[in-house]
Amino acid sequence: MGYNWGWYVVSPWSEKGQTNLAFLLSGLGWTVGLALCAIVASVVLGLLIALLGLARGRVARSVNRIYVESLRAVPMLVMLLWVFYGLPVVLGIKLDVFAAGVVALALCDSAFEAEIFRAGIQSIDRGQHEAAETLGLGFVDKMRFIILPQAVRRVLPPLGNQFVYMLKTSSLVSVIGLAELTRKANELVVTEYRPLEIYTALIVEYLVLILAVSWVMRALERKMAASDYKPA
Amino acid sequence: MAEAALADPIIRIEAVDKWFGDFQALRGIELSVKSGEKVVICGPSGSGKSTLIRCICRLERHQRGRIVVDGYELNDETRNLAAVRSEVGMVFQNFNLFPHLSVLENLTLAPMRVRKLPPKEAEALAMELLARVRIPEQAHKYPAQLSGGQQQRVAIARSLAMRPKIMLFDEPTSALDPEMINEVLEVMEGLAREGMTMVCVTHEMGFARRVADQMVFMDRGEIVETSPPAEFFGQPKTERCRVFLSQILSH
Repeated sequence: MGYNWGWYVVSPWSEKGQTNLAFLLSGLGWTVGLALCAIVASVVLGLLIALLGLARGRVARSVNRIYVESLRAVPMLVMLLWVFYGLPVVLGIKLDVFAAGVVALALCDSAFEAEIFRAGIQSIDRGQHEAAETLGLGFVDKMRFIILPQAVRRVLPPLGNQFVYMLKTSSLVSVIGLAELTRKANELVVTEYRPLEIYTALIVEYLVLILAVSWVMRALERKMAASDYKPA
Repeated sequence: MAEAALADPIIRIEAVDKWFGDFQALRGIELSVKSGEKVVICGPSGSGKSTLIRCICRLERHQRGRIVVDGYELNDETRNLAAVRSEVGMVFQNFNLFPHLSVLENLTLAPMRVRKLPPKEAEALAMELLARVRIPEQAHKYPAQLSGGQQQRVAIARSLAMRPKIMLFDEPTSALDPEMINEVLEVMEGLAREGMTMVCVTHEMGFARRVADQMVFMDRGEIVETSPPAEFFGQPKTERCRVFLSQILSH
């Protein structure tokens, strides 16, 4: 093990380290923004696709199956390249790197979230549907007020997994040039020749972000549990 | 009830057949219920009594025959369905309260969303109904914090909040501990005294004797016997009914 560590490149106690850290952290906004936008978009999409999968009509259910099966099969990196380089050619839609990143991440993840939501919705007792229906609630009200609040609470843990995954895969968007955390680390490596130290710092950055996501998800779980299933 | 007997039937069931796959759950059902009338349906398990009551609020679809509720025929026209469901209340064996909503919210949701009642009025109505089922102090608790009997009373109040013309009860006391059965039956008897049209599937024969205008005995998907309670318990016409009554009344 003859490697000579050179932590000075990312040390908060040296002037050079501070400059480098500031450079690395300048990618934070893009990473967080990208992940947040993609999470919101994928949740909305995933929920819609899940509802199609639970519809009575055969066409709606087929749309759900085709969407989930095909999008789940596309590797994230391929999707990203296809959206960024392919869409302009095929459909004449030219997205900037950020928008392309959001679209690619959201599309890929929505397929997984659709399955998570479907599982959650299907786990709700049939009696809840029947009670809501006999009270005269329509489909939209039944879903909005009765079924989804209970289903979402049940799927918070796997949804949290998905959000963590989304945050990590956002690093792939560095490939098409978005100046997010990973891209910044790559750029610094080229000028500093200290990949091990710089990528370790990058790992710490993602770790902190992901701990923040975990904390938010747990807080959400607690908040939703507070109004629910209290022991007698 | 003499005055009720004069009115047109509010529920009319004519020659209804229903299958689950190959299994025929209902066979040629004929039943009329007049406004204000109380009908108690009993019979061995698997006799189709729950299926019948579930057909009246269209939780199940019948395949043949006609069911007309308050002038609306139950078929695939969704407009009819919404109209019927707002007039018919249903109480389930397992309560089916909404666990993520408080007792008060369980009662106010449908009146606000379906009847478009303002929140203040919906709440006043809910509190009035909770007082009627004698648990106003539980309004801000969650269903899981209540006993089974209390939960079923909340479920009855929740149905009443829609101001239904008809109340259906599907074995409302079967999931309850014995000491809680009476508090639910008392609420139901109160409703009966106020003139509510009621169709109850139950094995509570004491309740049936006190409340029913019409007893219906079902077996293997058929209505075997229909008669007033005195006659029904006094001299049942069929052997099947006699056997059933001796089984459930023996202890």
